[in-house]
Amino acid sequence: MLAQVDTFVGPEVNWFALSPLIALVAGALLMMLAGALTPRWPNGLYALACATTAGTAGALAMVQWDDITDNGPTTLVAGAVAFDTFSMFVTILICVSIILVAMLADDYLRGTPNDGPEIYALLLTAGAGGVVMASANDLIVLFLGLETLSLALYVLAASNRRSNRSGESGIKYFVLGGFASAFFLYGIALVYGATGTTNISEMVVALQNTVDLETPDGLALAGVALLLVGLGFKVAAVPFHIWTPDVYQGAPSPVTAFMASVAKAAAFAAMLRVLVIALPFYRDDWRPVIWVLALLSLLVGSVVAVVQTDVKRMLAYSSISHAGFLLVGVEAAGHTAGELDPGSGMSAVMLYLMLYSVMVIGSFAVVLVVQRHAGGDSSIEAFRGLSMRRPAIATAFTVFLLAQAGVPFTSGFIAKFGVIQAAVDVDSYAIAVIAMVSAVIAAFVYLRIMLTVWTGTPAENSEPIRVPLAVGVTIAGAAVFTLFAGIIPGWLIDATDTVTQYAR
Amino acid sequence: MNDATFLEYVVFFAAAVMILGGAVGVVAFRNPVHAALGLVLTLFGVAVQFVAMEAHFLAAVQIIVYAGAIVVLFLFVIMLLGVDRSIDLSIEPLNVQRPLAAIMSVGLLALIGAAIVQSRDALEINPGTGVDTATATGDNDANINQLATNLFGDHVFAFQLTSVLLIVAVVGTVLMTRKWPKGAEEPVEDVA
Repeated sequence: MLAQVDTFVGPEVNWFALSPLIALVAGALLMMLAGALTPRWPNGLYALACATTAGTAGALAMVQWDDITDNGPTTLVAGAVAFDTFSMFVTILICVSIILVAMLADDYLRGTPNDGPEIYALLLTAGAGGVVMASANDLIVLFLGLETLSLALYVLAASNRRSNRSGESGIKYFVLGGFASAFFLYGIALVYGATGTTNISEMVVALQNTVDLETPDGLALAGVALLLVGLGFKVAAVPFHIWTPDVYQGAPSPVTAFMASVAKAAAFAAMLRVLVIALPFYRDDWRPVIWVLALLSLLVGSVVAVVQTDVKRMLAYSSISHAGFLLVGVEAAGHTAGELDPGSGMSAVMLYLMLYSVMVIGSFAVVLVVQRHAGGDSSIEAFRGLSMRRPAIATAFTVFLLAQAGVPFTSGFIAKFGVIQAAVDVDSYAIAVIAMVSAVIAAFVYLRIMLTVWTGTPAENSEPIRVPLAVGVTIAGAAVFTLFAGIIPGWLIDATDTVTQYAR
Repeated sequence: MNDATFLEYVVFFAAAVMILGGAVGVVAFRNPVHAALGLVLTLFGVAVQFVAMEAHFLAAVQIIVYAGAIVVLFLFVIMLLGVDRSIDLSIEPLNVQRPLAAIMSVGLLALIGAAIVQSRDALEINPGTGVDTATATGDNDANINQLATNLFGDHVFAFQLTSVLLIVAVVGTVLMTRKWPKGAEEPVEDVA
């Protein structure tokens, strides 16, 4: 039997091409190991180590980006991972988000038993899971990435052990997420049954070969439907959104910011991978489903946000309506999926994800500051008169809210314009009009928060609001980026235009 | 596939009844210990199916890992938490939930059933490249060899990725089981 060991040739591994992923996982492991062997680190060092790791991974991803634009996309490790600008863009996005969230988490965790390497290691491994989701070229790999991200998020959501709401949000997310993962896995099994492979490249070939055979494809269609349920849950599209408000509200604010940025970006990247790249063959079947999901998410997200009284819940519903906008972009990409000219849908979605991640982390950073001051209260009353006590924070918050509403000269306008233009390009006028109407409805929510921030007078509890340095830097950086990308968006648009050169 | 013997049909249906019966039992039993034993029945049924498909190694792993280790762990937890008694699950805060769930599950079952029946030929057009030729070589170890080639060849990335998943599980356990001392600063959310 030993003779057979010699005849086995493993797949070739281009280690350097995998370096962003390896950096994230290795950083998490080193933090856990060093954290266990040494006494408590000085304040802020855990967060610094986490941010450094994410920064290294992001820088490595930029190096790979250059390599890909020079030599073209390819696949790695026996076709399991796609090495293309699409995956590198999401990697950079996730790394930036981890850095920002680590800066928020630092002060939040001080003085609690959670102030150790664990939370940061979970942020890094969750990021690695997101990177895997975005770069998977095999549905099994994609599922493992999804589980890595999700499991870490369940724990992070429940990580504030003193708060019943945090525990509730963790267990709710866990039970519903497990259910959605089961749907996703069943979908993979059915697609495997219909195509004989889980590898995306082989799947595309297998589906093309069946064109002339008049194969009954009910199995594959049922699989696509179940995959859509699993992905719809992860991106929080209506009607799979029920978990979102409770989980966003109950989870610690830094974790909520992480969910709204990293989890959303990874889930949409996975959705594009599965639908546009792996299953363009069925694009006329899944596109109407995406259309309906987009319509429902846009309307429910913006209308229900209006009647909320808690700012975290408002932002949760607004994230659902943002998911609707992103789905408009996915729908637009669906019109030209699999063709030589891939259209502008995919790059519009990528641009939206990048800009939305930064503004949503900024928004939750402001919520974090106010909530801490108000003793855990995140209702809209806690924001009354913020402008009189902290004008700078109020101004930054206004920038984030205007950007979320899609006002010109902020990044939100560029993002929304991109997806609507992509929809118009493929003559999908109805959903483009609905998206614009829902943007107007959603603007009411943001105006209501802004009005409270700027007009109200603060309650008698007028001791100064403490803004930790790292949180202040995060808010300022996010606000500057939001304005800068809104005024000079060219360089980002150029970068996202190249993400349509994907590998499979 | 078409020349399956009568005995193969008998084994298949017997195992299928075991799997489904056990699965219904997990949901229907009021006593958690009985539910866990229902799970054992399901897992044994799956092992029988593996044997019927000549995947002997998988069958052994199924018994050792799932039926042996995991369910015993379930039982340990059930005993430790002291929930090993029947509980009344008939109280339902939202009355529409159960009928709706019943309608949805019947609909889903019908849809998937219809899809499988309608496209039963598709399996022959794109046969999977799994370990289905395990016994073709006549080698007793062919099963394990094929599995290993698959695991360390085409799927080595997925195989390594499961270790990251385990890291998350371990770190999560450390975080969730940590004791919060009484004197620690009150975290913010609790005040609300």
